[in-house]
Amino acid sequence: MTRLQSALAACQERGEKAMGLFLTNGFPHPDATLPILHAVDEAGADFIELGMPFSDPLAEGLPIQHASERALRHGVTMPDAFRTAEQFRAESETPLLLMGYVNPILRYGVGNFCRDARSSGVDGLILPDLPPEEADVIEHEARNAGLGLVFLVAPNTSDERVRFIDERASAFVYAVSVAGLTGSNLDGLDGISAYLSRVRRIVHNNPLLVGFGIRTHEDATRLSEHTDGFIVGTALIRLTEALWDDASLTDAERLDRVRRWTHELKHGTTSLSV
Amino acid sequence: MKTDPTILNEQTYTAPDERGRFGDYGGAFVPEILVPVLDQLKAAYAEAKADSGFQRAVADLLRDYVGRPTPLSFADRLTAHLGGPKVYLKREDLCHTGAHKINNTIGQVLLARRMGKRRIIAETGAGQHGVATATVCAKFGLDCIVYMGSEDIERQRLNVERMRLLGAQVRPATSGSRTLKDATNEAIRDWVSHPDNTFYLIGSVVGPHPYPMMVRDFHRVIGEETRRQLREAEGRETPDAVVACVGGGSNAMGLFYPFLDDEVTLYGIEAAGEGLDGRHAATLSLGEPGVLHGAMSYLLQDAAGQVEIAHSISAGLDYPGVGPEHSYLKDTGRVTYRAVTDAEALDGVKLLSRTEGIIPALETAHAIAALPAICATMSEEETIVVNVSGRGDKDMTTIAANL
Repeated sequence: MTRLQSALAACQERGEKAMGLFLTNGFPHPDATLPILHAVDEAGADFIELGMPFSDPLAEGLPIQHASERALRHGVTMPDAFRTAEQFRAESETPLLLMGYVNPILRYGVGNFCRDARSSGVDGLILPDLPPEEADVIEHEARNAGLGLVFLVAPNTSDERVRFIDERASAFVYAVSVAGLTGSNLDGLDGISAYLSRVRRIVHNNPLLVGFGIRTHEDATRLSEHTDGFIVGTALIRLTEALWDDASLTDAERLDRVRRWTHELKHGTTSLSV
Repeated sequence: MKTDPTILNEQTYTAPDERGRFGDYGGAFVPEILVPVLDQLKAAYAEAKADSGFQRAVADLLRDYVGRPTPLSFADRLTAHLGGPKVYLKREDLCHTGAHKINNTIGQVLLARRMGKRRIIAETGAGQHGVATATVCAKFGLDCIVYMGSEDIERQRLNVERMRLLGAQVRPATSGSRTLKDATNEAIRDWVSHPDNTFYLIGSVVGPHPYPMMVRDFHRVIGEETRRQLREAEGRETPDAVVACVGGGSNAMGLFYPFLDDEVTLYGIEAAGEGLDGRHAATLSLGEPGVLHGAMSYLLQDAAGQVEIAHSISAGLDYPGVGPEHSYLKDTGRVTYRAVTDAEALDGVKLLSRTEGIIPALETAHAIAALPAICATMSEEETIVVNVSGRGDKDMTTIAANL
């Protein structure tokens, strides 16, 4: 079993929904990313998505666009993502996936990228501008390196195509909650629920996780009714941006707030003693 | 040589393939939400292309509304000045709205109507595509939102006012370089957020499949007319050389496409900005293959694969990417790509204005500026066609400030 499969299976045994948390590498500051990842890991994240910043992130709402710009202004590059992953892996067995756009990977060289990702302890890849039809540029190398590939489905993805995507995915299937960008508003919950239950009936080969627009434990509970878990990105970006931009706080206070937020997101209560 | 101008030369040149690939370039690198949308568009376009009613509707509007065919003018004083081949000007500047862009917006807006989409979005650089989109939306009573970089809004104020007068909403793109690249990002994000009711009317031969092919097809009328007009003027359909400016590359593809299988030397002229060792927009000359805005193509990028900010005095050429078909035509050697600087382009404006009484757009001026070097290699018996893709009124502030 891969690290990701074990982690998701463990959640299932505990009767919990798996929680994946996204943070852009180098955000809110290059020194802050790793401590935040450890904090969310300790406080209940079941897997981590580490964002590789890109100049033109098409699927992202403003908060993640800004996070990406901010990381790039700090000169963050691909080797920095591998370094963060490696340092995280030195202290944790929690699965870590890299998320980003395909151009920096092509530039780095697909073979080198997959090799370096694997040796840094990365478990899988989420590439939102690489639908299965274009994934042949990386599929073979990723498989050889033992990296899982996540593919996305959206509310307008047909049953037949959901089946096709489930066949091609090798880590999990990522159901985008709404037609929109990361951080969108979750309008029309009944429609979202009907769509997720439709996808649930079709996806058999992979775990199914839902993301985009989830801010609270209540959102997470409602949306993951039909899925194995949920993913939160924008809300963590907003939180960490506010905390690290507040000069009156110490790093210990900031990390404590991140732990409490993480715990509440997963369990609906800030009490860490649960 | 073909004698019937209606027979087009597609027997040997067949790109793109089913996946929208021009060799290694093109494709559809898009978020999942757009995959079903593009599938629907591909099917609708294939159906429309085969429908003589649709083709007739496009042709009627091009004639009665756009004013086609545009003239092919023999430039006698420019020819004498350059002292080489006979120079012909394909007068796309005489199209309604002042540039070739409307050939494509007519085609796509008819397709949008056919697909029942009533909300039209577009990106624009110089504002010519934005104006052409706002124009057809007014003509057909459709909602129109145009994304434009905030820097371009400043340098192309006249076109912003035209779009607003035509009833379009102009939304500034304030991220990154605040030019065409960022306007395109914003348009794609809008599209991702409204996939059902919105038609994205892309303004160049860029973006995911089927756009590069579709936009080329809507502009091929430029080259087809040129063949017919040359036959009348010169007794043969093919010139010896053809020149057009290339930003995304739509006017160039429209003119080149019907000549790809003939013995015609094709020149695409990019923007060298301040010079190739400074800030520029010479994607084909100095870029490396990469993925931007849904397609694999040459791209201005840094060593880490981040997209670089382009620079050109011409807002319409100020783009770090280029249409994937141009990348293919560069690699195969079928088209020769060169770059001219901002300063040379300004000379080009002056040259065409003083010799022919035609003030070209700054984009077009790049093609004009390339003529002296190209013509120096040709004889007086030969002919060359240059695409006057747009008129220069919109650029008068920039031109006046720099000449």
